[in-house]
Amino acid sequence: MIPLWMYLVVAAGLFCIGTYGVLARRNAVAVLMGVELMLNAVNINLVGFWRYMNPLETNGQVFAAFIFVVAAAEAAIGLAIIISIYRNRRSVVVDDVDLLKW
Amino acid sequence: MLEFNASTVAFVVMTLFILGGALGVVTTRNLIHATLYLILSLFGVAGYFVLLSAPFLAAVQVLVYIGAIAILIVFAVMLTRSMTRMSEILNGQWLLSAIVGAGLFLLLVIGVILPTWGNGGLLDATVSAPSQVVIDTVDLGKALVDRNGFVLPFEVASLLLTAAMIGAIVIARDDTE
Amino acid sequence: MDTVCSINNLARCLVEGGFSPDLANLLTLLGGVVLVATIPLVTVIFLIWIERKVAARVQDRLGPNRVGPVGLLQTVADALKMLTKEDITPTGADKFIYNLAPVIAFATVILMWAVVPFTPLHIGADVGIGVLYFMAVASIGTVKIMVAGWSSNNKYALLGAFRTIAQLLSYEVPLVLSLLIPVMLAGTMSLQGITEAQGGMWYLFIAPVAAFLFYVANLAETGRAPFDLLEAESEIIAGYNIEYSGFKWGMFMASEFLHAFTAALFFAIIFMGGWWGPFVQEVPLLGALYLVGKTAIVYVFGLVLRATVPRVRIDQLMALNWKFLVPLAIANVLVIAFLIQVLKALGLMPVPGADIIAHLPMTVVMLLGNLVIIAVAMQVLRNQGREEKMAQEARMAARQQRVVKEVRTPAGAPVGD
Repeated sequence: MIPLWMYLVVAAGLFCIGTYGVLARRNAVAVLMGVELMLNAVNINLVGFWRYMNPLETNGQVFAAFIFVVAAAEAAIGLAIIISIYRNRRSVVVDDVDLLKW
Repeated sequence: MLEFNASTVAFVVMTLFILGGALGVVTTRNLIHATLYLILSLFGVAGYFVLLSAPFLAAVQVLVYIGAIAILIVFAVMLTRSMTRMSEILNGQWLLSAIVGAGLFLLLVIGVILPTWGNGGLLDATVSAPSQVVIDTVDLGKALVDRNGFVLPFEVASLLLTAAMIGAIVIARDDTE
Repeated sequence: MDTVCSINNLARCLVEGGFSPDLANLLTLLGGVVLVATIPLVTVIFLIWIERKVAARVQDRLGPNRVGPVGLLQTVADALKMLTKEDITPTGADKFIYNLAPVIAFATVILMWAVVPFTPLHIGADVGIGVLYFMAVASIGTVKIMVAGWSSNNKYALLGAFRTIAQLLSYEVPLVLSLLIPVMLAGTMSLQGITEAQGGMWYLFIAPVAAFLFYVANLAETGRAPFDLLEAESEIIAGYNIEYSGFKWGMFMASEFLHAFTAALFFAIIFMGGWWGPFVQEVPLLGALYLVGKTAIVYVFGLVLRATVPRVRIDQLMALNWKFLVPLAIANVLVIAFLIQVLKALGLMPVPGADIIAHLPMTVVMLLGNLVIIAVAMQVLRNQGREEKMAQEARMAARQQRVVKEVRTPAGAPVGD
C-alpha cells in the first residue's frame, strides 16, 4: 500500500504548480486553469485523509463532492466573466482589466 | 519502501500524469495544449481517487472535469481566439511567483514529512496499514440526503449551481442581439 | 474442485503451475483486458457488414455480396484498402494531437466494454458505479471531437466540432436522467446488479419512458440517424473529422459504428435484462448468447430507423432535446420516484430474486404511471403542434394577402398615398 505522505507530497506539488500558474500567467483562462489545479490538489488531500484516517465516515468524500460543485460553478461563472470582458475590452490579459484601479 | 505491484505502478503513472500535466498547464504557450495538459492532470487525479478506493469520486471527476469543465475551457479559449498566441505568456512577477510556489512547496513538504519522520509519527502509525473496510457509494448517497448528515449543504450546493447557471447565462449573453 | 483449467480458474491454475500469486493475478488481469478489448474489435467488422446489408434491404438492393460468403469479407477488403491509402496530415495541423484524436476515439469506446456483464460470472470489472462509469467514459468522447476539429487547422472541421459538441453535451442531460430510473429501481449502479435485479421483469416494461429516453438520447450521443448531423453525408461531407484520411479516418468510422453497437449493448443490459434467459443459471455461458441476441435486436432496429427516417435540422435537434426530452425526463424521474415510494409503503415492491408473478403488481402500477406521463406528453405536443400550425397558417395568409396586393399594384406604377 502506498503511504499517505506520498499522496500529500504530490498534492502539495500540484497545489504549488497551480499557485504559480495563477500568479504568473497573463491570460485569464490560464489563470482559471491554475485555480482548477489547486482545487484538485485540495481534493487529493481530502480523499487521501479520508481514506487513511477515518474511512468509515463519509465526511471526506462529501467534502470532495462539494468541491466538485464549487469547481463547476466557479468554472462556469469565471469563463462567462472572461468572455464578457473579452467582448467589451478585446482582451483577456488579467493586467489589462484595471478599470477599478487608479 | 514500496513493494512492486499493480497499484504501485498505477500510482507512479498517475503521479507522472498529474505533475507532468500540471507543469504543462503553466508553461505551455498554446492554450489549447494547456487545456489538454489540464485534462491529463485531472485524469491522473481521477486515477488517484480509484487508488484511494473512491470510485464514485473518480467517475464524477471524469464526468465533471473532463466532460464539462475542460470542454468549457476549450470553448472559452476558442471564443477569445485572438489571444491564444500571445508573445508574452507570463507577467512581470513570474520570478517572484516561482519563488513563492517553490517556497510554499518546501514548507508543505516539510510539514508533511516532519510528523512521519522516524517511527511513531502521527501519520506513520495510522498510515502503514489503512483499514480495508471503506464506505461505499450507497453510504455516501445516504449521507448526502440524511437529516443528520449533509442535507442542508447539499441543498445549498444545488442552489449554488442553479445560481451559477443563471449567472453565467446573464453575464455571457450578448445584449446587442 | 475441478482440475480442468478454464477461464474461470485461470489464476489458480497458474499458481499451481508454479507462478507467484502476484504475477498470476497480473497475467490473468492482462489476459482479461486483451480478451475484453478484442471482442469489440472483431465485432466491428460484422457491424459494418450488417449495416450495409440492412440499408440495402430497406432500399431494395442486395448490398455487398462479392467478397467472401454473402459479402462478409467486404469490410476486411475495405480495411486493407484503407491501409494502403495515403496518410495525409494537413499543413498547419497540430501533428501530435491530430494523430492522437483517432486513438482517443477508439479507446473511449473500448473502455466502455470493461464493465459489460457478459454472463452471470464473466465481467471485465464489476465496479459498483458501472452506470456512472459508462457516462464518464462517454463524456470523454467530447474531448476527441474537440481535439480532432481543432487540430485539423480547418474552419469547417472546427465548426463541425462545435455543432457536434453542442449536440453531445445537450443530450447528456436526458441520458443521465433516464439512467436514474434503473438505478432507483435496482438500488445499485453496478451493471451486474442492475441485470440481476431484472430477473423477474425487464425494466423495458417497468419504465418504458426511461427506455425511450435512453434510446433516443443514445441515438444522438452516437450520432445515428435521425440525429447524424455530425456526419450528414448527403449534405456536408463530414463534420469534425473532415481532414482525416486513410486509416485514421477508418478508426473514426469504426469507433462510431462500435459506439452505436455499444449503446445498443447497454440498452440491452440496462433495460432488457442483459444475460437473463432460460437456463442461464445452469449454463452461465448461455448468457452471453442472450445478451448478443438482445443487442442485435436493438441494433438492427436502429439500422432500420436509420434507413427510414429523414435527418432533423440543428434547431429541431436542440428544440427536441431542451423543450421535450429534458422536461419529460425530469417528470419521469419525479413520477417514478413517487411511485416507488408508494409501492414500498403498500408493500408491493418485490423482493430481489422474486419471479415474474411477484413482479406483476409493481409492473402494472409502473406501466400505468408511465402511460399517464405519455398521455400528458402527447397532449402537450399536440397543443404545441396545433399552435405552431395555426401560427404558420396565419403567416401564410398574411403573405398571400401581400402577394395579392403587390399584383394589384404593378411594379413601377406610383403607389397612391
